[in-house]
Amino acid sequence: MSVHWPAIRFTVNGDGRSVNVPPMKRLLDVLREDLRLTGTKEGCGEGECGSCSVRMNGELVNSCLVPVLQAEEAEIETVEGLALNGALHLVQEAFLQCGGAQCGICTPGMLMAAAQLLAQNPRPNMAEIREGLAGNLCRCTGFMRIFESVLCAAANTPADGPGNEARHAR
Amino acid sequence: MSTHATTRIVGASVPRKEGVDKLLGRACYVDDMEREGMWYGATLRSTIPRGVIRSISFDRNVNWSEFSIVTAGDVPGENQIHLIIADQPCLADGKVNHCEEPIVLLAHADKRTLREAVKAVKIEYDPLPAIFTIEESERQEVIVWGADNLLKSFQLEKGEVDAVWARAAHIVEGEYRTGAQEHLYIENNGMIAEYDAERGVTVWGSLQCPYYVFKSLKSVFDLKEDKVRVIQTETGGAFGGKEDYPSIIACHAALLAMKSGHPVKMVYDRMEDLAATTKRHPSRVRHRTALDSDGKLLAIDIELATNGGAYATLSSTVLSRATLHSTGPYLCPNVRVRARSWATNMVPYGAFRGFGAPQAIFAMERHMDEIAAAIGMDPIELRRRNFLHEGDMNATEQVMREPVILDRLLDRALQESDYYAKRERFAGENGTSPVKRGLGIAAFYHGSGFTGSGEVVLNSLAGVDVTPDGTVRVLVSNTEFGQGTNTILTQVAAEALGIDYDRVTMAPPDTAQVPNSGPTVASRTSMVVGRLVERASLQLVAMLREHAGLSEKYTTEEFFAACERLREAKGEVLSTCRYEAPPGIKWDDQKYQGEAYPAYAWAVQVAQVAVDTVTYSAEVEEFWSVQEVGRVLHPVLAAGQIEGGIAQGIGYALYEKVIWQEGRMANNQMTNYIMPTAEDIPPIHVSFEEIPFRHGAFGAKGIGELPHDGPAPAILNAIRDATGVAFNTIPLLPEDLFAGMAANESVEETAAR
Repeated sequence: MSVHWPAIRFTVNGDGRSVNVPPMKRLLDVLREDLRLTGTKEGCGEGECGSCSVRMNGELVNSCLVPVLQAEEAEIETVEGLALNGALHLVQEAFLQCGGAQCGICTPGMLMAAAQLLAQNPRPNMAEIREGLAGNLCRCTGFMRIFESVLCAAANTPADGPGNEARHAR
Repeated sequence: MSTHATTRIVGASVPRKEGVDKLLGRACYVDDMEREGMWYGATLRSTIPRGVIRSISFDRNVNWSEFSIVTAGDVPGENQIHLIIADQPCLADGKVNHCEEPIVLLAHADKRTLREAVKAVKIEYDPLPAIFTIEESERQEVIVWGADNLLKSFQLEKGEVDAVWARAAHIVEGEYRTGAQEHLYIENNGMIAEYDAERGVTVWGSLQCPYYVFKSLKSVFDLKEDKVRVIQTETGGAFGGKEDYPSIIACHAALLAMKSGHPVKMVYDRMEDLAATTKRHPSRVRHRTALDSDGKLLAIDIELATNGGAYATLSSTVLSRATLHSTGPYLCPNVRVRARSWATNMVPYGAFRGFGAPQAIFAMERHMDEIAAAIGMDPIELRRRNFLHEGDMNATEQVMREPVILDRLLDRALQESDYYAKRERFAGENGTSPVKRGLGIAAFYHGSGFTGSGEVVLNSLAGVDVTPDGTVRVLVSNTEFGQGTNTILTQVAAEALGIDYDRVTMAPPDTAQVPNSGPTVASRTSMVVGRLVERASLQLVAMLREHAGLSEKYTTEEFFAACERLREAKGEVLSTCRYEAPPGIKWDDQKYQGEAYPAYAWAVQVAQVAVDTVTYSAEVEEFWSVQEVGRVLHPVLAAGQIEGGIAQGIGYALYEKVIWQEGRMANNQMTNYIMPTAEDIPPIHVSFEEIPFRHGAFGAKGIGELPHDGPAPAILNAIRDATGVAFNTIPLLPEDLFAGMAANESVEETAAR
């Protein structure tokens, strides 16, 4: 176990991070095990369920399918970075109000997918919401309350997309 | 008695109790937890369905001294998982009875080293003949369980079925089959265990029923009650799939912890969870029904069979609920149900939302449409003529003493779905369109709580206490796994105590801290446990009035001030209540007669389905569900339960197929076991009629399982309406639709010649 792995550097939620891990280690495991950011969940390990969704350089990715070497110099955003100073992101606020989270295990990934959708399309219609969330499986809600949460968040999103100013104090 | 109109918190959609933690990603699931010095555990499983273990060998190239290895010989107590009967070993001892049966456990400090080591253990077998289907088991040529392969049987008799056939105007027969269904909770099963010679065994894990796990650990380790502690971690979905299986994984993790001297984490990956854990029982239900010339039911004769798998697990109680729901919400003077659960060499089947009712109701509600077609009556009218009403007796001769409003539910479902106008429109369009549309309905009830004398046997204890820092804690062993236990029970307590919702919390789901208020199953939490919490809360208010000078009207602050005075006087602020059966409940377990359930929830569902005759895909385009579940305690959570259950029911009907190869699940990945996605679930319209039930918390009855009962028959009835072809087996995939419709066309062509 004396192998010394070269450092891989990236940012997570704006903070610079450096890890010395095998380059093929999954980004999911680096986040959860090495950085102890356990908000990102594993559901299937094969890119089907979307529970491990994070944003990498502004794109939604399944972190179980990303070897950490691909994250070199990347900007990673996880569920832990959505709320700012204890104030829920408006997508989180909408999920709370509308019943978009039940057991909560798909929720971090679902929130990242919803935030990504609204960042790209602040006024999505129902078909666009369904498509935007189609890579994220939820077994509890039947999706209805999640769609409603996204519509509610969209109604509170400025037309030029969500920014930090859109976070509501609780 | 619970009152209805004047509640502040009950009936309001307050924020989910643990909602903010889940949204911030800080809710702690078992795989998010670590313990100091923790190791990881893995399971070696049988690769054959039945046989004798000839040898277990360990590759010499691995340094096994770094590992802990556990086999059946290491079990300090009884090598049995205690559920209803003790027939399932914790670890296989000498022989295996199904694929994936656990044989050897390994633990190591490094997860990746452990994964490699699993491949370096070789188990050799002398195979024995194995059976996989209901038919193979009932032939009894190969006996794999007990003397006759029969895990359980029930016979329910009302009236004299055989006296009816000769005078019936119509006799209609049918056979209906349902497949296995995987729960597919998004969080896999997982557990962390610690062992200490002084303190005993402690486990943390993803589970529904802390005291079930407690019972198994106690006997596997031969420990006294104060040496076993079970703590539920945040649980990412369950649906019945974490009712029985967690007992096994908890025992395994604890055995490794004992052997290694380290805390041990066992978290299954998706492939292991799908292959090794329980699924919904497959079923075969045969109906023979007699009707008079007005379409009134004269006799129902049902032969119901389930595949139970290799061990008894919960098959007997699943069969019981299937039996009791098999005749639907209809009045019939003569009923016979012969129900049997058969042992096979399949991975044991277990609890799944609905617990036998979805299988039985699929058969009954599909059969109602076949009866309607056979006697030339509108399926709506046929149901209406046979609905149960208040004062009627159901199949177990239980008098419906509460209001029954099936007609109202049906009227509303028809109106909301615009049923008749749409049927007419579809009939006009279907002739020329390659896409055929149809509507189908299902009407059903679901018994709330344990069956018969079950709640009396459970003898649940629940309570509330007050901490010195001014928080009320609800003391129950009932768990949150998405359905809203935390929110509902704290709402009930806050309402009954007359204080703010924010000042009530749940005590930790930890057997060292909470009493046994029974398992979190059987749609019992709101009605049965909620009522206990309500009673304990009202009792605390009475104590505060009597001993601590609480006035008739009080603020939240005055309430807590009175609690401190009570603490001064009595040393604690605690109120507990034990279950008391509603009056007049009689149940005969031998004859299967009497009050099968204290209350029933009722529903009528309508599915609109489009069948594409080019691609043979069936798409549910819209879905309506109108139900009466007593008082709705939380409108958003209640609707979420109904919608989620319907989505799971749509999957059961059209998407979710377990592919078996010699007793092994071949498609044990989310890539090829397909559940409906955000693109597949149609708009679901949910409405409630509310009739408060006197013996439930603020009028609540059960809700969680009900919505899963109806979608499969409603959807297949809609497909029959659209295509004219009767499909009697689920799951119904495009290839099945193709085969059925092609067969039907060839019949029609032959007839046309």
